[in-house]
Amino acid sequence: MKFTLSWLRDHLETDASVDDIARTLNAIGLEVEGIEDRGAALASFRIARVIEAVQHPNADRLRHLRVDIGDGRELSVVCGAPNARTGMMGVAALPGEFVPGTGITLKAGEIRGVKSEAMMLSMREMGLGDDHTGIVDLPADAPLGASYVTWAGLDDPIIEISITPNRGDALSVRGVARDLAAAGLGTLKPWSAPKAAAAYKAPLNWKIEDPRACLWVLGRAVRGVKNGPSPKWLQDRLVAIGLRPISALVDITNFFTFDLGRPLHVFDVAKVKGTNLTMRMARDGETLTALNGKDYALTAEDGVIADEAGPEALGGVIGGEHSGCDETTTECFIECALFDPVRIALSGRRHDVRTDARARFERGLDPAFLPDALEAATRMIIDLCGGEASEISEAGAEPAWKRSATLRFERVASYGGLDLPADESVARLERLGFTMQARDAASVTVAVPSWRNDVASDLSAYRAGGGALAQFAGLDPARAAKAAEGCAAIEPECDLVEEVLRLGGLDAVPTVSLPTSGVIPPAAFTPKQARAALARRVLAARGMQESVTFAFMEAKTAALFGATPDALRLVNPIAADLDQMRPTPVASLLLAASRNAARGFADVALAELGAAYRDITPDGQAAVAAGVRHGATPRHWAEASRGVDAMDAKGDALAVLAALGVPMAAVQVTADAPGFYHPGRSGVVRQGPKTVLATFGEIHPKVLEALDLPGPAVAFEVFLDAVAEPKRRKKGAPDLPAFQPLRRDFAFIVEDKVTAEALLRAARGADKALITDVALFDVYRGKGVPEGSKSLAIQVTLQPREATLTDAQIEAVADRVVAAVAKATGAVLRA
Amino acid sequence: MTDDLASLQAETETALAAAADLRALDAVRVGVLGKSGSLTGLLKGLGAVPAEQRKERGAALNRLKGAIEAAIEARRVVLDAAALDARLAAERIDVTLPPRASAPGTAADGGIHPIARTMEELTALFGAMGFKVAEGPDIEGDWYNFGALNIPDHHPARQDHDTFYLPEVDGKRPVLRTHTSPVQIRTMLSQEPPIRVIVPGRTYRADHDATHSPMFHQVEGLVIDRGITLGHLKGCLIDFLRAFFGIADLPVRFRSSYFPFTEPSMEVDIGWSRKTGELGKGGDWLEILGSGMVHPKVLANCGIDPREWQGFAFGMGIERITMLKHGIPDLRPFYEADIRWLRHYGADPLAPATLHEGV
Repeated sequence: MKFTLSWLRDHLETDASVDDIARTLNAIGLEVEGIEDRGAALASFRIARVIEAVQHPNADRLRHLRVDIGDGRELSVVCGAPNARTGMMGVAALPGEFVPGTGITLKAGEIRGVKSEAMMLSMREMGLGDDHTGIVDLPADAPLGASYVTWAGLDDPIIEISITPNRGDALSVRGVARDLAAAGLGTLKPWSAPKAAAAYKAPLNWKIEDPRACLWVLGRAVRGVKNGPSPKWLQDRLVAIGLRPISALVDITNFFTFDLGRPLHVFDVAKVKGTNLTMRMARDGETLTALNGKDYALTAEDGVIADEAGPEALGGVIGGEHSGCDETTTECFIECALFDPVRIALSGRRHDVRTDARARFERGLDPAFLPDALEAATRMIIDLCGGEASEISEAGAEPAWKRSATLRFERVASYGGLDLPADESVARLERLGFTMQARDAASVTVAVPSWRNDVASDLSAYRAGGGALAQFAGLDPARAAKAAEGCAAIEPECDLVEEVLRLGGLDAVPTVSLPTSGVIPPAAFTPKQARAALARRVLAARGMQESVTFAFMEAKTAALFGATPDALRLVNPIAADLDQMRPTPVASLLLAASRNAARGFADVALAELGAAYRDITPDGQAAVAAGVRHGATPRHWAEASRGVDAMDAKGDALAVLAALGVPMAAVQVTADAPGFYHPGRSGVVRQGPKTVLATFGEIHPKVLEALDLPGPAVAFEVFLDAVAEPKRRKKGAPDLPAFQPLRRDFAFIVEDKVTAEALLRAARGADKALITDVALFDVYRGKGVPEGSKSLAIQVTLQPREATLTDAQIEAVADRVVAAVAKATGAVLRA
Repeated sequence: MTDDLASLQAETETALAAAADLRALDAVRVGVLGKSGSLTGLLKGLGAVPAEQRKERGAALNRLKGAIEAAIEARRVVLDAAALDARLAAERIDVTLPPRASAPGTAADGGIHPIARTMEELTALFGAMGFKVAEGPDIEGDWYNFGALNIPDHHPARQDHDTFYLPEVDGKRPVLRTHTSPVQIRTMLSQEPPIRVIVPGRTYRADHDATHSPMFHQVEGLVIDRGITLGHLKGCLIDFLRAFFGIADLPVRFRSSYFPFTEPSMEVDIGWSRKTGELGKGGDWLEILGSGMVHPKVLANCGIDPREWQGFAFGMGIERITMLKHGIPDLRPFYEADIRWLRHYGADPLAPATLHEGV
């Protein structure tokens, strides 16, 4: 909300500077968005008189002026303005002064042989608009030598504050003044409604057909009005806060909206059909052409103000165009109503109408301030537009808003953290308009002022702001009841603590470090969270750049990577290509790789710890450590560059799993990875038949094509939720035999379809006591190996324990290895 | 269609069905549509047809040409897929092979994203104050994201949230959480006070411009205990902010404000220079987080009696404090995975944030 300093001073007696006012507004919760001081940059410019304007002797387009600047000096000025003439009043800038519209500091000079000792300014040169057709032409009675900004009323800073949803009362200059006065920045000036006598019977009657549509409404006509432009002071105020003056009647309603936070509407009596204005719910098919020129299709949930012809206004939100006042209006009818804030909020949102009236009605305004507001508005209309007032028409009644709240003084310290004398707490509340009803040593009970709908709001029949209790459905009933009772008992007091603290500024509350239960805190992470952090570090340590990508993507792209149920498609995506919750982070990472490749960085390794979405339940969101490698490994003299392959992705996945404590001996790899992988070059890492720990592999060429990726590309997913918490047991004693191990190599020829894992497993199982390790060190196809077969060479480590092995013992183990491998895989020793 | 054309079509279709590979397919195409193909020949011969039949004959030939072209294309798709299947089958590798002993890259090539780094630092610092880390789902029910937090359906605050919705289920629209605050609710429902948690995580709002991203990160804090006051809230946040930014005398200002889920509520500013961007100096204020004492209704909504327990909550944008701490000027690159940006701002994975090494 915007207001000018002088407007504020209409309500607040204060000597405080703008800076002090801004600081206080910030401290008490009326956040300053900006202060615009239009006059500051123009402060030195003065009103000057052109004594004489003649043609410049040496230039066709220039004129030579003699200018009286009001301090007895007479200056020579060269000027290009076509409107410069003898005797005119204008605005002069002197050498050394900065001219904001031109961005230069003025210097005295000579133009084509004529001295120029000052500058006569246009509006644009002062930064006050676009008018540059000539220099400023002031009225003849403008005071010579006086400051231009003072004379023009521009030395009135505009303050803009943002009002939080709970403070409907502060959406008015008077409300802001009241808060500032309560915070000690001056005195709130008294205000009382000037009365207007009733001269005739009201031409229109209020009817409330449906109490949902309106709680209470007053109205009054003024006849014999002349609705011309409003006076300059009113126009200036509205312009200063960004409103366009329209006509006196409309400007008056806008003035009340901002001055007192009391939106009003004026109907043109001649345009209202019939003699009744009815507050009712809209009927199906009804429409309203509003004052903003837009048509609204009303619903049965919208409250309207209707005459015989139909809806004339969306009550409390926006007026209708048809029955609004214009320059032909001779009799107006003032509407001063009170609506249900909830209904206003929902109607406003339903039709996406944002008006100053809605902002106030939905936050709640002063439910007692209708009769006085109507009197004052009537008076102002008669004063500015002439005419005489009718009697008042009324329907509905003032809602039961009166309530009290109790503050135990110690709660200011035990809740708010501030030791404050009881008297000061009471004084602060009283300055805000709370009135004392009872007080003892420990507490005070106050009546809540009518305009503070945010305090003890549950006790008011005029409910604005916060909601009702919305307890979790699964709570134990006794527990829920006790909590609800506690809330009812304590909430009004919390409201009062807030008011007391707010007025003194929260900086006054002493800071206290949070006490800890011991010097050494317990771990902040759960073991699972620690595993995720470790996974992130493992991947980065393997050369991957951790990324953060959007969780939603284009549905068509997402479909390449898995199921894309409608339940996971956003109803209101911000862009068509960001509408589907992704089935795997691999999808987002491949898109990222594609963007990088398009920028000339094809060789990337990207990882993300992010979610994959299966359904809308919490369990349907899987935590995944995913990674993508694309392109080739770096070129290096000691190591040739090569394209990334499935084994790189497998290495990443297994490195993460190993770091997370998965027993790697128990892990199996199967070749049934999801469809976005190359079917022959991808695998699933499993622990037991059911648990899928990870997938890895080369990306399917069709996916590469769809994403415009040159390839090769590989990816992996590690499902962090599937990794069981490692057993935290003390390690057993280390195996430190006294005898040297010995190593024997074997080369087997097996059919191509035999997996390395099967062969290694068989070899390990040949003698569990003696064999401590089996490693595959060569895979060979070609000369010497039959077509359709391959040679797998392994190194078997034997660890003697009792005594050095004899040749015969070694021979026996070797035979057992060959036999076990042969039995399991059909392998034969390579000759 | 005349008989000769019908039989040409039938012959071609038979030949296409018999074409077992792309080469055979091409042979069929040349045989019919090539320079001396059968259909090409018929088209060439159109000039010899009597004028009164030419139009009809020409149209029939063109229809046939279109049909044959479509049939060839359809067959090509089938053969392409078969060829790809065959290629992929031939490319099969033994995926049980042990991977290479070392990774293609090293820690020096890799990096931790600045958001994750900040989360680590948050965890270390709040962890020292006895906070644990709590998490919750991105897709939330309306009650968790709004209702339980004292934001009823009609509340003006809802408008500020620019919520993403998912399709209605049983009359209710799931949302992408607009803040990490629903995890406050989940935490209070799943454990008894005292509670001390921070909740770093992803959040979503339908807003996209230079300073807003539709997905971003927040960290929530919640402390519920006996005798916790606004003074503790101030102390906790000042302790954190000064340690996080590494400025022992960082100016911190508290302004009254309003959030539906806290009362009193306050916004917190830190001192900085608007001109240079330097923190701790310059006399300007920068809003950095929102906080307050947990609203009694929020406690009661979770079955906690506000006469017995009280506490505070706060929330701040992780990107925002990250940008301020590291002087990162632009928000959007955080989510673009541009390798150049990641290499520049990524943190060393071998130097995690720990109190003893310094955050």
